[in-house]
Amino acid sequence: MRSKIIDEEAVVAQLEDGMCIGIGGWGSRRKPMSMVAAIARSSLRDLTVVSFAGPDLGLLCAAGKVARAVYPFASLDSIPLEPHFRQARQDGAILDEPWDEGMFVLALQAAAWRVPFLPTRVGLGSDLVRLNPRLALVRSPFADHSELVAVPALTLDAAICHLNRADSRGNASFLGPDLYFDDLLLRAAPARRFVSVERIVATPDLLAEAGTELRLRIGRMMVDGVIERPGGAWFTSCTPDYERDEQLQKTYAASAADRGAWEVFRKEWIDVSSEEFAAKVAR
Amino acid sequence: MGGTEVAAATRAEQCVVALAECFRGDGEIVANPIGTVPMIAGRLARATFEPDLMVTDGEAALVAGDEAFGWPSGKVVEYYNPYRSMFDIVWSGRRHVVMGASQIDPYGNQNFAAIGADYQRPKAQLLGFRGAPGNTVNHATSYWIPVHSPRVFVEKVDVVSGVGWDRAAAAGRAATEYLDLRRVVTNLAVLDFGGPEHRMRLVSVHPGVEPEEVAAATGFPLATAPEVTVTRAPTAEDLRLIRTVIDPDGLRDREVR
Repeated sequence: MRSKIIDEEAVVAQLEDGMCIGIGGWGSRRKPMSMVAAIARSSLRDLTVVSFAGPDLGLLCAAGKVARAVYPFASLDSIPLEPHFRQARQDGAILDEPWDEGMFVLALQAAAWRVPFLPTRVGLGSDLVRLNPRLALVRSPFADHSELVAVPALTLDAAICHLNRADSRGNASFLGPDLYFDDLLLRAAPARRFVSVERIVATPDLLAEAGTELRLRIGRMMVDGVIERPGGAWFTSCTPDYERDEQLQKTYAASAADRGAWEVFRKEWIDVSSEEFAAKVAR
Repeated sequence: MGGTEVAAATRAEQCVVALAECFRGDGEIVANPIGTVPMIAGRLARATFEPDLMVTDGEAALVAGDEAFGWPSGKVVEYYNPYRSMFDIVWSGRRHVVMGASQIDPYGNQNFAAIGADYQRPKAQLLGFRGAPGNTVNHATSYWIPVHSPRVFVEKVDVVSGVGWDRAAAAGRAATEYLDLRRVVTNLAVLDFGGPEHRMRLVSVHPGVEPEEVAAATGFPLATAPEVTVTRAPTAEDLRLIRTVIDPDGLRDREVR
């Protein structure tokens, strides 16, 4: 049986400048921060980041990796606005591609289903149609003839997610309240689909720990590489393994206003190996 | 009343009741008020006059029980509602959201995405569009503005995230079919869109507020209802529920003074 176990550096090695990368989780919840940090300290540049965004997008903006943000919101949950992302926006440092949350799901779904677009009324009347150059209008071919928004497939060059458990072949489970859209992001990428987890377990233990099949929502046909990284979502929440580290999130947020503080944060949490990152988190 | 003195309602409690009234008649839908005072209001509406409402726990469940923050007697889940199924609810129309607004115009176009003339280099980046475009064209929407000011009530918003009546009309039937902008509740007053061509209109002022005060805090001419009334005051039972069951820690007073 083929093992898919790799590490963050192997993920970065498969990414290229200018790629469109989807990042799992929601806001400041279950974000693949260890992989995000590895991208932040790499030489990669001009990335398009696709995310229900939190500190993943903010941290990559602060590290100068983002050319284009494709997102319906950016929030740290307990801190409503993402300060590093705000800074990048207000400096005009990145291109902004705005989405509605549900419309964003349709775009990923269209990619996953390999159709060019899906129709919706969402976006009509709003400034999304003006500000998001991907969107178009389409007329219904049926008797209603109504004009709708055509939401194009948002196909990803790579997808990265952090889950609770996986086996070495890439089957994975979520143990917290919500899968969010991690399965959809992994399906929207034809290749380079990477999952980090708190712990790798034997296949039978996936169900034993989850307690129900309903939590085994990531199948190995959706995953190319698995990383075992306890604390890999730090400082975001990864319930029930851990809650958000509010103190570290505050430190991260405060560093947006102060170049010196950002350099300190960067030195301590980004410019370290993934093993050192995990060791700090475990303390 | 047994002789027990009930302390007079605070402005925050008055706002809770005004927001609760937004849900009157809604029946068996998800009441999804966002923000502290609106969340308390959704619970109050269910506990008093709208018992079939469903409410979220802020995460992935619809829950029974009257408490708004924390579940001292245990959380009772009615329905598993991860974000994936939330959009099924939104697009089926069985929801009434209460959103905030950094800017709102006379037709109810709302902005909480970004402030400034140049969208690609805004003066202030805010939340993003979130679910506002989809919410507004799919189901009932009301707004909660804790500080009524001309900076919020503007003639023209910088970016349209939530869709107003005029913009929906221009976009055609698929935009207007389910558009249902109900009310705007502020720390001063209750407004709706019953003015000419669905323009915003003053419906009631909270006790102690004069209509002139509302007009001065609004950055465009307000239409007025034939008879501007005073917003219904909380009943003794409303106050008991708010103070002892729904929000015993008084979080409401941090949002409105």
